[in-house]
Amino acid sequence: MLKAKNRLGLVFFPAFDWAISPTHPEREERLLYTQDQIFEEGINDIEGIKFYNPNIASNKDIERVHFCVPSVEDRATTSHMISAGGAIKAAEAVMEGEADKAFALVRPPGHHAQRVVYGDRGFCIINIEAIMLENLRARYGHRRVAIIDTDCHHGDGTQDIYWNDRDTLFISFHQDGRTLYPGTGFIDEFGGPGAIGYNINVPLPPGTGQEGFLYVLDNLVLPILDEYKPELIVNSAGQDNHYTDPLTNMNFTAWGYAELNHRLNPDIAVLEGGYSIEGALPYVNLGIILAMAGLDYSHVREPDYDPAKLKQPQKITEYIKELCETIYKRWRNKESIAQEIIKGKEEIIRKRNVYYDTDGIMEYQTQRFKVCNKCSGVNMIESTSDRGMPIFAVTIPQDACPSCIDEGYKMYKEADAQNYFRIYLQDRKNDIFFKRHL
Amino acid sequence: MIIGLDMGGTHVDAVLIDHGKIIKTSKIPTEPNNLLESVWKTLKPLIAGVKPDEIERVILSTTICTNAIVEEKTAPVGMIIESGPGLPCDFLACGQENIFTEGYIDHRGREVSPINPAEINRASNAFKNKNISACAVVGKFSVRNPDHEIKIYDMLKNDFSPVTLGHTVSGKLNFPRRVFTSYFNSAVYSTFSRFSNSIVDALKREKINAKLYVLKADGGTMGLESAEKFPVNTILSGPAASIMGGQAFFNTSKDGVFLDIGGTTTDIAFLADGVPLFEPLGIKIGEYPTLVRALYSVSMGLGGDSEVRVENGILHIGPYRKGSPMALGGPCPTPTDAMIAQGLLDIGSKEKAVDAMKDIAGPLDLNIQEAASLVLQTMANMIKEKVDKLLFEINSHPVYTVKELLYGKKINPEFVQAIGGPAKILAPILENSFKIPCFYPKFYEAANAVGAALAKTTAEITVFVDTAQGTLLVPEIGLCKKIERNYTLEDAKLLAVELLSKQLSILGAEAGEIQPEIVEESVFNIVRGFYTSGKNMRIRVQAKPGLLYEMWGDKDA
Repeated sequence: MLKAKNRLGLVFFPAFDWAISPTHPEREERLLYTQDQIFEEGINDIEGIKFYNPNIASNKDIERVHFCVPSVEDRATTSHMISAGGAIKAAEAVMEGEADKAFALVRPPGHHAQRVVYGDRGFCIINIEAIMLENLRARYGHRRVAIIDTDCHHGDGTQDIYWNDRDTLFISFHQDGRTLYPGTGFIDEFGGPGAIGYNINVPLPPGTGQEGFLYVLDNLVLPILDEYKPELIVNSAGQDNHYTDPLTNMNFTAWGYAELNHRLNPDIAVLEGGYSIEGALPYVNLGIILAMAGLDYSHVREPDYDPAKLKQPQKITEYIKELCETIYKRWRNKESIAQEIIKGKEEIIRKRNVYYDTDGIMEYQTQRFKVCNKCSGVNMIESTSDRGMPIFAVTIPQDACPSCIDEGYKMYKEADAQNYFRIYLQDRKNDIFFKRHL
Repeated sequence: MIIGLDMGGTHVDAVLIDHGKIIKTSKIPTEPNNLLESVWKTLKPLIAGVKPDEIERVILSTTICTNAIVEEKTAPVGMIIESGPGLPCDFLACGQENIFTEGYIDHRGREVSPINPAEINRASNAFKNKNISACAVVGKFSVRNPDHEIKIYDMLKNDFSPVTLGHTVSGKLNFPRRVFTSYFNSAVYSTFSRFSNSIVDALKREKINAKLYVLKADGGTMGLESAEKFPVNTILSGPAASIMGGQAFFNTSKDGVFLDIGGTTTDIAFLADGVPLFEPLGIKIGEYPTLVRALYSVSMGLGGDSEVRVENGILHIGPYRKGSPMALGGPCPTPTDAMIAQGLLDIGSKEKAVDAMKDIAGPLDLNIQEAASLVLQTMANMIKEKVDKLLFEINSHPVYTVKELLYGKKINPEFVQAIGGPAKILAPILENSFKIPCFYPKFYEAANAVGAALAKTTAEITVFVDTAQGTLLVPEIGLCKKIERNYTLEDAKLLAVELLSKQLSILGAEAGEIQPEIVEESVFNIVRGFYTSGKNMRIRVQAKPGLLYEMWGDKDA
């Protein structure tokens, strides 16, 4: 029988009884054919591969990451808590030394869920990778982590959550925001004042194929990881760059995903999007499982695979080459870019509108990041939506200095309850969450 | 009257039952080189004085195929394996000649690429050149569309026998297991048919005209004809016989632990709401996982004759049996010696048993009685530990829906039931260890033969419906038919139950014992882009193992 080179933990939770709605792409049968393929290949009989049931994430797990308005119970369903819990279980298997690597094949996904949650964005309500990572940090200590988001859509939620955290390097490569939801993820989105340069976006042109993805990986992502030296690599493994995906315009293959995973060599992978449930997911997931287990994936191939049809045009190859050079230069120059941005400023203010496409809610948000030379700086969010419910939320970062802690508590206490529907304090230093309302 | 016969590795046990009452039991040592002779030596005293036409059925639990595999006396098999893209396929090579062929069926059962007849002809010639007559043909996703396997069969059927087709061994998805199961079926085919022919002849000789059944690893029976076609299902039916035997003596709807404590090993099984637990996919034969449906049973190297020793001040028992207990002239102390030394068992030489316990008592600084009771308590504790570990694994078995995860059944045993030689003596000690009641039946030594005697016919089929393609498929019985787009889950369930009932009577079940139950049903929309283009239904229906009678008169002691 086959034996895996790496001990791999798999949390496979297709949630066969949960859907956003009966006609939504994120519905019961999304992982059905993946299950068929995994079962038929006999993955569960391979020595070294072990299947785990998900945990169920707790409210505390969610509140380390999000400000759910009005509350976690009102926003996240049990399925979301299980999906996040599935990611937590995968990480736990690795941290406890039961597995060398782990892959959470769970749904619903999470990478569009930002810090504030009024509703569902891009089929995401809570950010399952971030919830996993913060649970892991709370239990196993502080860690320098790189999250590599290979979903075709920009991981805007993860970007928002780690915007000001230089201990979490976030790299997203995705189809250019000018051509695809959520319309963000440009190279100048480079991190908050405490973490300028630690949020890297690689917007790729529609039609990017195998060549392009592997080029970005080899010439940009891997060199940056070499310099950053993360203790843990997490792959936010969306699978919608596949040439059969109905929502996107890329030309990536199942073998390509496996190869990318092999070269990236993540410790933990978490399934994100991917809606070609018949033509791509069974093969891509199989490829990733084999690559993570250190098994031969060279025979993984889609039934309709035709390399000639998927050849990447020269023009795109040139464009990607230039793009990688530009981004790599910005990474090398991040210190001077940072100095220029924060020179003489006490705080950095960002005003944004966030649209919750699945629920049709518009949010109006102002973020304030304190520029602090001792820590990454306390920050706050003032927000409201077109359904009302204005909130005020303070985050004290994990590395907060005493004065930023004091300031955070002061802001929370002095916020006038008359003006807000909810007031939140996320004290990441002490892992406590406070909430008050009128 | 019913005869149950369990041919184990060390003993042949037989029992004669009349309307739920044990009339007679018989036990003789197995002669490994003459199994048929052993069977007759056991049966002769059993049926002495019984009129041949009073015997209605004979049920055999046989190790003949298992032994053939262990002793590597199986027939050479030519394998034709259509492996398609996915995992590398070299690890699937299990026959004497393995031909990997072109062609591929996908997960929906659609043909992606056809078979190549020239390749099959080359394979056929290669088998002939090596004097191979048994074949198996297995394709990836053949349970979703058996067309390729059937086409290849048509090319081979005149020149080879048997030709086992992968889709007929099980409807479950698992290509490697389907390959290994089909291989074993072809490999033991001739061994089993020789055995069944001689049994039939011998029964004729005794003018016994009873129906003949064979016990399967899933705790059910099948008629001899089906067994001849699928002899792989007779493999490792021993534990199933004892579990069913245990069931006969103790009717319950509770969760429980079932122990068959022998001389060399202890087999552990579980009851969930009174029903024995199954292996999720199938039993493992040697190193090979298969799709042979089986009751869950785990064997640990710990029994009455296990070696007991003290190393660095710590008492160890098992996992090996070095011979008989010292009281019976064996080489080292055993738990049986501890029982004899304590006066719980009266066999062999008590003096030697006491000597055996001295070897243990000395280094542990205990007296003889303390040492003996430590041995037995340690044995009970070791079983308890193993049971706890297995329960943890079973209870964390993967589930796939929100409902199952939140409300999933966890097994929480409320009793222990023990059978086998040491069962009676160990019961109170096990009770102390497990902190739940421990029973043993009056016929604790013959329970396995009783289990074989009373087992009902079992079967399982899978119905797979794809309304987008307009197909309905039941791989196990080779049914493939066209259906309308408006075919419903209800239609499919009715058909499944009907087909299984028919299948059960083909296997030899009598009308009264046919009770199909649906164990799995799901229906999914088939998504094409953003549109629903049809429904995908999966139904599994089984006749679960059960008993013809319960031993009301001979319940637990």
